[in-house]
Amino acid sequence: MRLLALGLILSLLASFVLAYEIEDQITYPAPSGETSVLRIISTADRPAFEPILTAFQAQNPGLTIHYTITGTSDVMQAIEAERAPFDLVISSAMDLQTKLANDGFAQPYRSAATDALPPWAKWRDQLFAFTMERAVLVLSTSDFPTLPATREGLIATLRNAPSQFRGRVGTYDIARSGFGYLMATQDSRHSDSFWRLAEVMGSLDARLYRSSGDMIRAVASGELALAYNVLGSYAATQISPSGDIRIVELSDHVNVMLRTALIPTWAQNPGSARAMIDFLTTLKTQPSITSASGLPPIDAGALSANPALRPVRLGPGLLVFLDRLKRDTFLRNWHSAVSRE
Amino acid sequence: MTGPVARGSIRRTLFLQLCAIAALLAVAFFFIVRSLAEGAAEQTQDDILAASATAIADSLRAEDGAVTLELPYSALSMLGTINEDRVFYRITVNGETLTGYDDLPLGDSAFATFNYRGDTVRRVQQSRVISTGGSAQQVTIAVAQTRRGMEAISGRITATATAVALAFFGVAAGLSLWAAHTALSPFQRMTQSVTRRGPTDLRPITSAMPQELVPLASAINGFMGRLGASLKRSEDFITEAAHRVRTPLATVRTQAEITHRKLQKPEHKQAIRSMIRAVDESSRSAGQMLDHAMVTLRTDSLDHAQLDLRDLVADTCERLAPTADLKDIRLTQSLPPGPVPYTGDRVLLQSALRNILDNAIKYSPADSTVSVDFAPGTPHRISFTDQGRGFNGTSLSDLTHRFSRGSNVDDIVGSGLGLTIADEVARAHGGALDISENTERTGACVSLLLA
Repeated sequence: MRLLALGLILSLLASFVLAYEIEDQITYPAPSGETSVLRIISTADRPAFEPILTAFQAQNPGLTIHYTITGTSDVMQAIEAERAPFDLVISSAMDLQTKLANDGFAQPYRSAATDALPPWAKWRDQLFAFTMERAVLVLSTSDFPTLPATREGLIATLRNAPSQFRGRVGTYDIARSGFGYLMATQDSRHSDSFWRLAEVMGSLDARLYRSSGDMIRAVASGELALAYNVLGSYAATQISPSGDIRIVELSDHVNVMLRTALIPTWAQNPGSARAMIDFLTTLKTQPSITSASGLPPIDAGALSANPALRPVRLGPGLLVFLDRLKRDTFLRNWHSAVSRE
Repeated sequence: MTGPVARGSIRRTLFLQLCAIAALLAVAFFFIVRSLAEGAAEQTQDDILAASATAIADSLRAEDGAVTLELPYSALSMLGTINEDRVFYRITVNGETLTGYDDLPLGDSAFATFNYRGDTVRRVQQSRVISTGGSAQQVTIAVAQTRRGMEAISGRITATATAVALAFFGVAAGLSLWAAHTALSPFQRMTQSVTRRGPTDLRPITSAMPQELVPLASAINGFMGRLGASLKRSEDFITEAAHRVRTPLATVRTQAEITHRKLQKPEHKQAIRSMIRAVDESSRSAGQMLDHAMVTLRTDSLDHAQLDLRDLVADTCERLAPTADLKDIRLTQSLPPGPVPYTGDRVLLQSALRNILDNAIKYSPADSTVSVDFAPGTPHRISFTDQGRGFNGTSLSDLTHRFSRGSNVDDIVGSGLGLTIADEVARAHGGALDISENTERTGACVSLLLA
């Protein structure tokens, strides 16, 4: 009886401590005798991050890495609400990462590597971007003999052939996907055509997805003619360039999501976390790792080469779309446009 | 002679005072610039915060009987454009938090600075009344931002203000030095014009000068006038005294000698001889005292004349040759072949040489030799060596003291002033008097060293 009660208490405690959900937890033991441990909580899945972690470990052979994979809101829960013992927080949710830094959960760090970052790729010396991931169109050439160049062009094409595209346009369910919400809000900032595109997609009974992978598979199977706001880096690893599926970057603007890292103020091993940040921000110098992981590194040159690229601006502006009322209003408007009740 | 005691310096005082003023101004400048700049930076931040709060207030609206808000993107993004400060906001309706950070403190004043979430923040607060379905709702909008950007600006401005203040102080200090120097240059000019004058030039100062110096120049002129008159009186007195004392004494001596010859009784002769000795002693003392007075008078204003030292020595020997002859004393001279040019006071040097040689002859026994050796060089050394009784170990400083004489000379007429005169003349010419024993036999060697 006593044991049972103890067990109950322990499980209650455990459920309290681990209120955030863990998708996967991988431990990379130190190759040569553990001298320190680096605990990372991240939203990047294992195939994308394992090449980076093993390369980093090769440089730091005494380091054991605990790599915890979870969703963006669970990262928020783990750090903001529970102050879970992690040394490094890696997330694709720029708005939530910004909020963590803004609310004082991140410690500042400066080094030659972070100083070399372009100004738009860091904030307060607390938040460091290390990837540039573009939101792209994925479409099948059989439905699009001529590839749309702009959102206006895309709207015109869709409007001209409603029967062809009805039920065959897909995009993120922005109420469920942080990335989808971030891209939609950024779209809404950049042009009015976003809301018209939403209306058009609504009139075509657009289908909503939770992940880029599902959308790409749907386009590949012919289920969808078009997927809007797909994670470009992910699409590039999934789609063979020879097939009839194309990745299109529109020329009016391309939202660029930056994957960011921060060190919590309570990090137990900030030294290794800093080394990891230096390693991540200089990934451009290690093409073998970036090609293995499929994560495009920060490249200031790409921005000047393609003026349509718009990296999401880190800073308090991102807090606006996290505002509860703002989010409610935005989602209501979006739903009323996209979903046909 | 003791000169004026330097206590403090006008130039240094002036320089330090100007520097102190410059430092004061620099510090004042620093604080004024910094407070103005910080005020401006704070005003800028306040303006942006107020603009943000206004943007939020303008997007408030009533919907379904309740206040709602669609936070404008620009309201918060504008705060992130100029710096990377943390931003907090809170909107309350009738005291209930509508959205934002519900622990952000609200207050009574529109602007406030306080600590929030581990940082100093500046908060602006605005109130609006929104009417929803007939009832008025009191809405408060608060927007806060940390001050890192402002501190960075203020740090830059402080650094600049410091640099400018330091530069200002440096330039001002340099100018102060120059000003102090310039202000005192008339003093220097006057000093030079007085110093350049010859020893007998006591004319009044008449050159143009700043009005502040006129009283000093007038005082100097008055003083020089009195000094000139005093010198004239002294010279006249010395001449007059020499004349008045020596002439009657000579008469007395001559009469005494005549009387001595006429007298038959040895005790009377003895008395007259004593009298003659006393007269000699007085005459000599008077001469030496006058010499000494003249030396004292002239050493303060030496006459720098070009003269031939060899000629001077030879002349002195010639003048005293009769005195030496009377005692059967041989006077040997060893002089350099050519003239020895020297700059000095002829009267004083003559007096010194005469007194030393006179001494040497006086203290030499009859039928002995006094040798005069002149070794030119730096310094010139003129030695007078006699075969007398020597100084018997008495030290130079004792001998050159006024009215002091050697311990073994009671039987010889003397005032004790001879070596004092020679010593003072030597010192006035930057030289010295050297006294030693004759190295070959008993006797003294007195050397006049002239630089």
